[in-house]
This record gives sequence, C-alpha cells and structure tokens, in this order.
Amino acid sequence: MKKLLAALLFAPALALAAGAAIHLDKAPNVQGDNAALQSGARTFVNYCLNCHGASFARYSRLTELGLTEQQVRDNLMFTAEKIGETMRVAARPEEQKKWFGAAPPDLTLIARARSSADGSGADWLYTYLRSFYVDEKRPTGWNNVVFENVGMPHVLGQLQGVQVLNKDHKLELLAPGSLSAADYDKLIGDLVGFMVWLAEPHAGFRKNLGFGVLAFLVVFFGFAYALKKAYWKDVK
Amino acid sequence: MASNTNFEKYKSDGSLQGNLLEWFDARFPATSMWRGHLSEYYAPKNFNFWYFFGSLAMLVLVIQIVTGIFLVMHYKPDASLNENGIPVAFASVEYIMRDVNWGWLIRYMHSTGASAFFVVVYLHMFRGMLYGSYRQPRELIWVFGTLIFLCLMAEAFMGYLLPWGQMSFWGAQVIVNLFSAIPLIGEPLSLWIRGDFVVGDATLNRFFSFHVIAVPLVLLGLIAAHILALHEVGSNNPDGVEIKKRKDVHGNPLDGIPFHPYYTVKDIVGVVVFLMVFSIIVFFAPEGGGYFLEYNNFLPADPLKTPAHIAPVWYFTPYYSLLRAMVWPLFGIDAKFWGVVLMGAGVVILAFLPWLDRSPVKSIRYRGPIFKTLLTLFVISFVLLGFLGTKPPSYAFFGVIPGAPVAQFLTAYYFLFFLTMPWWSKIDKYKPEPDRVTM
Repeated sequence: MKKLLAALLFAPALALAAGAAIHLDKAPNVQGDNAALQSGARTFVNYCLNCHGASFARYSRLTELGLTEQQVRDNLMFTAEKIGETMRVAARPEEQKKWFGAAPPDLTLIARARSSADGSGADWLYTYLRSFYVDEKRPTGWNNVVFENVGMPHVLGQLQGVQVLNKDHKLELLAPGSLSAADYDKLIGDLVGFMVWLAEPHAGFRKNLGFGVLAFLVVFFGFAYALKKAYWKDVK
Repeated sequence: MASNTNFEKYKSDGSLQGNLLEWFDARFPATSMWRGHLSEYYAPKNFNFWYFFGSLAMLVLVIQIVTGIFLVMHYKPDASLNENGIPVAFASVEYIMRDVNWGWLIRYMHSTGASAFFVVVYLHMFRGMLYGSYRQPRELIWVFGTLIFLCLMAEAFMGYLLPWGQMSFWGAQVIVNLFSAIPLIGEPLSLWIRGDFVVGDATLNRFFSFHVIAVPLVLLGLIAAHILALHEVGSNNPDGVEIKKRKDVHGNPLDGIPFHPYYTVKDIVGVVVFLMVFSIIVFFAPEGGGYFLEYNNFLPADPLKTPAHIAPVWYFTPYYSLLRAMVWPLFGIDAKFWGVVLMGAGVVILAFLPWLDRSPVKSIRYRGPIFKTLLTLFVISFVLLGFLGTKPPSYAFFGVIPGAPVAQFLTAYYFLFFLTMPWWSKIDKYKPEPDRVTM
C-alpha cells in the first residue's frame, strides 16, 4: 500500500520529467507587413542562402512582397541569372555533405515542418535563432538550447554577440554584438516572418478566398433550404 | 421492386426529343434506370440527420477522383534525388503547391478529402449501428460496406506514401514491416510488398499504381454493389420498420417518397453544410492542427533519419491502438504478429455484425438500456483508442494514468462488445415497434 502511495506521489513528477516540453518564445506575427518581410528576405538571402537552399521558391515570387523585379535582381539575387529561377545554393548537396558531414536542409518549408505541440514552426525558429551559446566541446564551437548538438554554427553571432549557458542553465549574453538585444530580436522576428511567408506564399490569398467561398455557400444554403422546404411541404 | 428493369419503355409524343429518347430507350434501360434508382425508388420519409452521410461519402469520392486526376497530371512518383538533393516526388508535390495554377487548392482538397472521407464513413457506419441497418435483409449491403471500408484504408495508406515526406516513408516502413511478423512467410512477404529491402522507389511506384488505378477500380465496383443491393431491398430508417409492409393501391410504400426529387433536394442542403465545414478546413486550417497533414511530412523522406515518434494519420489510430495493445508473444510467435491479427480482426469483425445482433427490433429507439449503455461505451472507447493511437506508448493521461494499459483495456472492450453481443442483445428489454414510421 505504501509503495502504491509513493508511486502515485511520484508519478506526476516523473511524467513532468518525461514530457519536459521545450519552452518556445512567441514569434511576432508580421504577415502582411511588407517592410518587415522585405527586411527578413534581405537577412535570409545574406545569411541563410549561402549554405541552405530554398529550392522550391522562385525569386520572381519575391515581387509579391512589394518589390519590383529590378529591386529583386539588384538586392536579393546573388547566385541566379534569371528572375524565374529557384533560390538554390551555389554548392552541390554532395559537396556540402563532404564539407559539413550533412547537407544543410532546404529551408523552403522549414517553418511548417518545425511546428509541433510545443508551438508553431515560427515560434521554434524564433527561439532557436536566439538560443545559440558557446560550447567548446562542439566542433563549430557553438551549441543550441532548442536544438542540442546542432551542426550549424551561430551565423548571426556577430550581430547577436556571444551567449553562454550559466550555472542555472540559462542563456547569458557575455559579449554584445553589433546589434542591441531588441534590434536582434526584431531582425530575427522579420527573418522568421519571411520564412513563414516562404513556406506558403499563397497563405494570405488562401484565407481571403476562403471568406468569399463561405459567403457564397451561405447564400447557396438559403436557396437550397428554401427549395427543400418547398418540395417537402406536402410530406407528412 | 426498385431495381426492376421492366418499367414501360418510353413512348414518343412525336417531337424530336421524344423520338430520340424512344430510340435510345429501346436500346438502353435509360427510363427504367432513372425510375428504378431515382424517380420511383421509394425511400422512407423519416430520414434524419444521420442519413446525410451516405450521399456525402459519394460527394467526397467524386472530390477525391476529380482532384486526384489533376494531381496525377503534375505529380511524379520518383524517389531519386534532384539536383538540389530533394526527392523528385516530394519536390513535385511542392511544385503543385507553388507553380501549378490553383495547385494548392487541388492538393488541399485532396488531402482534406482523405480525412473527410473517413469522418463521413465513420458516421455512416455509426448510423448503421444506431438503427440496425445491417439487419436482415440488408446483411449484404453491410458486408459490401465493410469491404469498402477495408479498400478505403488501403487506398488512404498507399496514398499517404506518395508525397514522400518523413511520415510517408516511415509510416509505410512500419506498416509493411508488420507483415514480416507472420511466421515463415513474413520476411519474403514484406520484401515482396516493398519490392526492395527498404521502402524505396519500387515501393513508391507500385503504391502509386495501386492508389490511382487498382484500388479505386475495386472501390467503385464495391460501391456500385453496395448501392444496387440497397436499391434491391430498400432503405432502412430511424424506426427500423419495413415500409414495404404497408403499400397503397399503386403498390408503393405508404411511408415512402420518391428519392428524386425529395431526397435529392434534401441532400443538396446537406452537401452545402458539409462544404462549409470542408471549406473552413481547406482555406483556414489545411494542416488540421497537424492531424490532416502531419508537420513532419513537410520534411523530405530520409531513410537515415528515423523520426522520434511515428504515428499514423488520425483515421488509422483506433486500429493502430488495437495493434499496439498486443504485447504478449503467444504459441512462440512474436507479439507483433498477434497485434497484426488483432488489427485485422478489428475490421473484419464488423462484417459479422448482422449475425451477432439477436435483438428482435432494429432501431435504438426501441432497444433497451443494455444496448444504449454498451453502444455509448463503444463510441467512447473507439474515440479514446484513436486518441491514444496518436500518442507514443509512454503517454499518460494528465501525466498520471498510463495510456498503454488503458488502450489494452479498451481493446478488450472493443472485441467483447461484438463477441458477447449474441448474449446481451437477447436479454435486453425492448419496446414494441410501431406499425408505421414516425416523423
């Protein structure tokens, strides 16, 4: 009996330990804010696209963020010739595998793939990109709280500065980078916003269209119901 | 009476259309089919909410076939990697989503349609249980229905491999591996199904072929048989009384109304309401919270990276729970084999329902407290089994009540509900059935 009681007492603690979900910070929602999405696109092209591809997305689609084709060509296209090309990396995946041990994953859909019960994919990316810390045991010198033993170094380290994991296993900024903490969070928020857009560029149109379809169905329902009533009035 | 083809042939009134129809009707049972299955097919006038789901299943079937035709125009069943290191099949789905005009809508309708099909079919089957629609003389309709359900599961399982994402790949890997648990022939059998030692290009190609040709053909044939059998004996109704027992002077059931126009106009209302719910998912939540499109499936299949938790899509999870519930090896054979047996039995046992039920009345309206209680518990346990099937075996309710023994208990209940039915359906209390249907 005592054993049973003890087991019941400990069970919640064990369950909590087992289901220790990662705490994710809420990413700001910048969908529809073209300035933020353009800034995110700039960060993405300058920092991410060197190693990661976004091979399902075409440069021409960036015009949907309020840019002209010429602006996209001048500011965002470094490795492609034509506006209709996909956002590929110059390096081939087999070569990358040789250099890094694993080819960096394609990022087109990452904001959808990283969704989980813990939070949206945007929340995961937003937390992940702000959670790198110095770890000498890793070959790159970096580790991450959200993605343990991650293969990627902290590419944005110069901007954020150097974080360490203190005794309480909390992140602590050791040496500030070129951006203030607030500016860095804004930069990441915009970047993640862009990646959310990139994962499903038609999402905004899809929702708008949905309202139209539902409005039509409501009207259609009125006619369908009246028709049924009219036919059934003699059925008793 | 309904499917009789001896309706009188059409006689022309001398007009051009009339002459054409007469010519046609002399060579093809146009008028008699129209009358037998629609305008003079007498359906009970007291159908309620639950009777929408048959016609809705037909609607979803049409949605799946039409969207499927357009998807096949752009989809490529090819597991090789493209120049970006992405499997061609996975990339072709994303091509549909981004570069094909309205491709995203077609794909979301197809992916949502898969889940909608099971929602509608589960409710359609539950209707049968509520009103005893499987009872004599409709046993064969029910058996065809069970076969349709089985085909639908095969169709959905093979279709789920096609996007070639992580869950597609690993889900197929797990399920095909189950066959290897069969003694002696298991290993060669699973090899034969895959066409390779792991799920690969050969598997993808044959699943594509089965998904778009073989299974749909069988499915259509079974659905035709399901409906022909129904129109031969006539529909049951919420009162479970036979409307053919009381006929008017013309020989038509007193409580029957022609399917067309009465039920065609009524089903249009059901279709519109269904399309509203369907559209809300397609346009505002196509991922269905990770249940309709699993998040992990946005990552291309990688045979070297096993996901931490492999769960089938929600509509398989009640049966997946039955499979996992069996953890004891019996007669020197692996527990996995008995799990497979249990899962298969869970579907097959449905087909025996007409002969397990010994109640003198059909409808729940006139059945007693035992049936009502046990059926309620059955629904609860089916839903709970489904819920547990989406979770890893280590899951515990509120972090306290371990899920695995609960699933085993519910599995036992699932089978006992059916196996003890001949006994409890006999001793239950019953109310007398009315002579005529009630509105």
